[in-house]
Amino acid sequence: MAEIEGGGGGKHKGGKKRGKKLSTRVDFTPMVDLGFLLITFFMLTTSMNKPQTMEINMPDKKKDLTEEEKTVVKASQAITVLLGSNDKVIYYFIDPKTGDPETPVLTDFDSRKGIRQTLLEENRKRNKNLDSIAIYKKQMEDGKIDKPTYKAHVGSIKADKDALIVVIKAMDESRYKNLVDILDEMLICNIGRYAVVDITDKEKEMVMAAQSTTK
Amino acid sequence: MPKVKVPRKSTSVDMTAMTDVAFLLLTFFMLATKFKPDEPVIVDTPSSISEIKLPDVDMMMITIDKENRVFFGIDGQQKRDSLLNMMAAKHNVTFTEKERKEFSLLSAFGVPFDQLKQFLNMSPADRNKIKQAGIPTDSLNNELGDWVWFSRLVNNNIRVAVKGDQYTGYPKVKDVMKTLQEKKLNRFNFITSLERGAE
Repeated sequence: MAEIEGGGGGKHKGGKKRGKKLSTRVDFTPMVDLGFLLITFFMLTTSMNKPQTMEINMPDKKKDLTEEEKTVVKASQAITVLLGSNDKVIYYFIDPKTGDPETPVLTDFDSRKGIRQTLLEENRKRNKNLDSIAIYKKQMEDGKIDKPTYKAHVGSIKADKDALIVVIKAMDESRYKNLVDILDEMLICNIGRYAVVDITDKEKEMVMAAQSTTK
Repeated sequence: MPKVKVPRKSTSVDMTAMTDVAFLLLTFFMLATKFKPDEPVIVDTPSSISEIKLPDVDMMMITIDKENRVFFGIDGQQKRDSLLNMMAAKHNVTFTEKERKEFSLLSAFGVPFDQLKQFLNMSPADRNKIKQAGIPTDSLNNELGDWVWFSRLVNNNIRVAVKGDQYTGYPKVKDVMKTLQEKKLNRFNFITSLERGAE
């Protein structure tokens, strides 16, 4: 209600004469000013969204690891991804018969035709249950199964013993973003087993050769 | 003839509703706010689809900026104080009460240990002005390793968050990761921002 000024109103028909009531209304404008000032202050100083994180587990750095303790990676299920300079990626497989590296392929982080496609295809070839993840996800969205159940399913699918194993090796020329990107691809492609390992000299030469031919 | 008086409407509006709204919002922001810790450097983190939120407590934060400088910080003033005591004992340096107080207020720092005393005696404004050199991570003088190790002694439940810039070179990240592994910290977090744009 708008403020009513004292003068105009209140005619009492034949009533008693009363002492003129003082208006109890207070002007709130300064209070609003103050309120908005404080809002502005808090809006500017606040950090609303917590930062996102991705978890990474590194292997234990025990030097005296016995042969049995070492994880044996079957050549047929491993892919080595090398992070090169200029946001390029080189990947290669090991030939299961000869044990020699196959011809390396140069690619990038493009979401349509980059490393993601390769990882998805190769993982699908090896991990038969991979497509069930999408089904479970749909079921979760429809409310048929709850989130812990979904996570348990995804976890067991990712841990499939025939699934693709990715060995990530980064060149010194690559940048931090590349590492995060490739770890992100592991999440996107539902790859459960991967490791970040030091690069060897032979692989460095491989990257150099692959990158120099395309320039 | 009497003039016809047009009653004048008051122009003042009732402010009560507006005050209500203003203070409602104010209350919301006051409760939801968490003050931004002052960061020594601005770091543009890479994006990822990961949606895990970073916990507030029991964190140590290792920041690597795009010039490959390493900064270090842990949460909690008392924890910082005992961390500094341990570091001081190792290097046989004593810190005054004032310096320890200053250190416990520091959310992150990036100076080698021998410059720390001088750094603590500066005023906060001067600290922002000078260029911090970064904590050494090389294998001969791995101070980051000491900080990490003593932080674990101070707080056994501490978790590590690595915050790198998009343009941080990989060698430095490798150094940091190696340091953490040497200190038996095989699980850590990379801080990322949310992926922009739908894929």
